[in-house]
Amino acid sequence: MTSPLNEIFRREAGRCTATLIRVLGDIDLAEDAVAEAFAVAAEQWPKTGTPPNPGGWITTTARNRAIDWLRRESTRGERHLAAHRLRIDSMEPDHNPELDRLDDFVDIVADDQLRLMFLCAHPALAADAQVGLILRLLAGLSMSEIATAFLVPEATMAQRIVRAKRKLHDNHASYRVPGAGELPARLHAVLAAIYLIFTEGHTATSGQTLTRTDLSTEAIRLGRTLVELMPDEPEAIGLLALMLLSESRRAARVAADGTMVRLTDQDRTRWDRTLIGEGHELVRACLRRNQPGPFQIQAAVAAVHAAAPAAESTDWSQIVALYDQLCALRPSPVAALNRSVAIAELHGPTAGLDALAQIDPASLENYQPYHAARADLLARTGRRDEAVAGYDRAIELTTNSIERDFLARQRAAL
Amino acid sequence: MPQYLISVWHDDTYETDFSTPDAQRRAAQVGAFNEELIKAGAWVFAAGLHPASSATVVRSSGGEVSMTDGPYAETKEQMGGFWVIETSDLDAALEWAGKAAAASGETIEVRPAHG
Repeated sequence: MTSPLNEIFRREAGRCTATLIRVLGDIDLAEDAVAEAFAVAAEQWPKTGTPPNPGGWITTTARNRAIDWLRRESTRGERHLAAHRLRIDSMEPDHNPELDRLDDFVDIVADDQLRLMFLCAHPALAADAQVGLILRLLAGLSMSEIATAFLVPEATMAQRIVRAKRKLHDNHASYRVPGAGELPARLHAVLAAIYLIFTEGHTATSGQTLTRTDLSTEAIRLGRTLVELMPDEPEAIGLLALMLLSESRRAARVAADGTMVRLTDQDRTRWDRTLIGEGHELVRACLRRNQPGPFQIQAAVAAVHAAAPAAESTDWSQIVALYDQLCALRPSPVAALNRSVAIAELHGPTAGLDALAQIDPASLENYQPYHAARADLLARTGRRDEAVAGYDRAIELTTNSIERDFLARQRAAL
Repeated sequence: MPQYLISVWHDDTYETDFSTPDAQRRAAQVGAFNEELIKAGAWVFAAGLHPASSATVVRSSGGEVSMTDGPYAETKEQMGGFWVIETSDLDAALEWAGKAAAASGETIEVRPAHG
């Protein structure tokens, strides 16, 4: 569907749902009301024309529908705002049970979307549930779209999302933007969830197609929204830059025959210059702020790659320096792995293997890129048998058939 | 205000020797944590438990009550103690749980109570 209504839905659904959750204090009720309002729009707008403020129209219509439902419910029982479930710090409508007073709260508040992002990416939820909730509530994807994107049965995805919503409800999760003290950790959870959506779209972890554009597009859209809502958070800007710069290489990542092309071998004329330009601009904005964080540093690495007209002209010393900074700021086995690969490019495969040897192998035992990178370095130092074993392990860990084919070809070339 | 069960979990093989300096230090930390809970009005109840081997399982079926020895769950990890706290929301409960984990040096589970 690419109808105007569908476009409006993609743009407004998350925002309307976020506001309705605050107004109604209930996720399910908000979702139902927004869906109902879009159904009314689909019927009326072709006749009356699209209203000047479609988002406001949807929100008001959804609010009215929900009030009707609640009135009906409150005549059956004694429960006025019976469905009031989430606690709301700033508005406290639960101290204000007059349904008509809901009018006071219906204005779309930019913070609503932020509240919803922090709620969906609550650290008490598992990563796959966070991602599911974000795509359902903020991106407005249907359960079947999300299930298809993650290659799980629709019932599995539905159950995951329902369980997550119930956990938030049963635990009295607040609908609020975390205070300054908890903000860095909570923001990182939001950024990590959005990045997980992006990477899932960028390299599908399983299946036949290497890239799943929809998820990457959604992640970038969410990243843009986050930067709009938190313009002073350099890590949010860093995440958006990282996603744009990675996305710029999409067309070059898969060859005409559907096989995977490594960064080194990509046709750089096929990189998207517009995305690179925007990404570079954001990285420069981060540098000016001088509050480095993991996403900004990874974006800077992507920017160094994007700035090289050919693989040979890549400024590897700059990339090693950035990974040094990342490892100092937020040490992790994966960061150390990437640093080792950069060292191999700068100082040769033996130096790279020495750097790899500093990492506890157990921490990366089930991480496919570790075995693939190590096998590559072993092959380049002539340690063929070890390289074969490394590729075998990497192939074993790969669920994406295109990546598996790539590794199999590397192994066969030894 | 919502109530939460904050439970302490560990291997049930733990030594119940409270005289070691480490145990003494933890006991003092937990005491201070309890004080903080009471002062904040979040305290409802708390108890440290004897080892799970001291437990008895009781069932009622068709009017007959039967008993068996041992904890209900035959797992290595058992609940060693708990708090019931009353606080504004999940985030506040998780903050208290973080303090409980630091004070006890153990793994903590947070679970909301109905109502």
